[in-house]
Amino acid sequence: MAKLRVATTSLAGCFGCHMSLLDIDERLFELLKHIEFDRTPLTDIKHCGPCDIGLIEGGICNAENVEVLREFRRNCKILVAVGACAVTGGLPAQRNHLDLGACLTEVYLTEPGLAHGGIPNDPELPLPLDKVHPLHEVVKVDYFLPGCPPPADAFWQFLTDLVAGRTPELGHGLIKYD
Amino acid sequence: MSENTFNLDGSPVPFEPGQTVLQAALAADRYIPHLCYHPEFKPHGSCKVCTVKVGGRTAASCTFPAQAGLIIESNTEEMNALRRTLVQMLFAEGNHFCPSCEKSGNCLLQALGYDLGVTTAGFRHMFPDRPVDASHPDLWIDFNRCILCELCVRASCEVDGKCVFALSGRGITKNLVVNSPSGLLGDTDISPDDKAAHVCPVGAILPKRVGFAVPIGERRFDLSPISAQALADAPRSQTPAQPCSSCEGSE
Repeated sequence: MAKLRVATTSLAGCFGCHMSLLDIDERLFELLKHIEFDRTPLTDIKHCGPCDIGLIEGGICNAENVEVLREFRRNCKILVAVGACAVTGGLPAQRNHLDLGACLTEVYLTEPGLAHGGIPNDPELPLPLDKVHPLHEVVKVDYFLPGCPPPADAFWQFLTDLVAGRTPELGHGLIKYD
Repeated sequence: MSENTFNLDGSPVPFEPGQTVLQAALAADRYIPHLCYHPEFKPHGSCKVCTVKVGGRTAASCTFPAQAGLIIESNTEEMNALRRTLVQMLFAEGNHFCPSCEKSGNCLLQALGYDLGVTTAGFRHMFPDRPVDASHPDLWIDFNRCILCELCVRASCEVDGKCVFALSGRGITKNLVVNSPSGLLGDTDISPDDKAAHVCPVGAILPKRVGFAVPIGERRFDLSPISAQALADAPRSQTPAQPCSSCEGSE
């Protein structure tokens, strides 16, 4: 049977979910009998090609996140929101009740003890969105793997279920929001 | 079927006259998911998580009087899907950031989500702008997490006799308010020993300085699901609720 092609990325995330995926430890070898990686931070492939599964960590906080998320959606048969930030917006979304301009002004211009170098405006920097969004507010998401991060065993259960053609069932101890 | 018995998911549940369906079910070691219900207080019937089908119609089991011969469906995919939606709406309506909440692992809303298999809030998050009140020396309120269950209102009035809390407003603007001229908790006579200080099912009313005394991962609902623990408090005897002097005649 052909290996399933899997892409992963971290948007407005901290890579903690990727670290938790790596925490399946030696089970990675078993997993790699069934999957191969496309774009991930592990392969350094820059763009997502046609894939079976896309795992996305982090929410949507800027224009580049939106572009990458849409590229994943176009190319992945199954798109998975991985971790609290992808599922709920998470920690970055705690700025959502604040005005973005006021945030930038405070951090870069007025807060005592910071450098006050001016609000960055390099054209290469993606523009921030006024709110941080979970993935499902921008594209259709097929599965949600919550947790901050999801436990390694949740990754293992989820991926082995998908590889086996089953609907993933997490159950107690594997569905975590914290 | 004997006289004081109803049928829950195909098997009989005995009840005492005056009990509600939920009270009788819990006393008989039968779990019906619930959130705003607390055995020591008058049922409130607001969260609707305990909704069951009675003779084909939905009803909140915490307030529905047990009657002989009722045919009740609870643990069905239809009812659990409805409960999941209710839990999802509560998550989307407030700011429930579990990774940074010290109630995580002891939170009834979170535990219900785990047990019902809720993996996403599904709806568009509202990200409301709500304050935190840290004015009291021993307690604090994070309004971002309040689910308007009214347990603190009921505890403060029915048990503590202080009526420190109330709900104000209607619909989406409904919110928890504090009964002091400044509106701050620090200006009330609430004590950390009060029932109202300990009854919050989520992380809205919390004691200070003990947040992480028990580490994440070793807390109540980390150890076993809420459905396996909710019966620990049963049987749930009912003491008639007495309104406190400052509430009398207000309803």
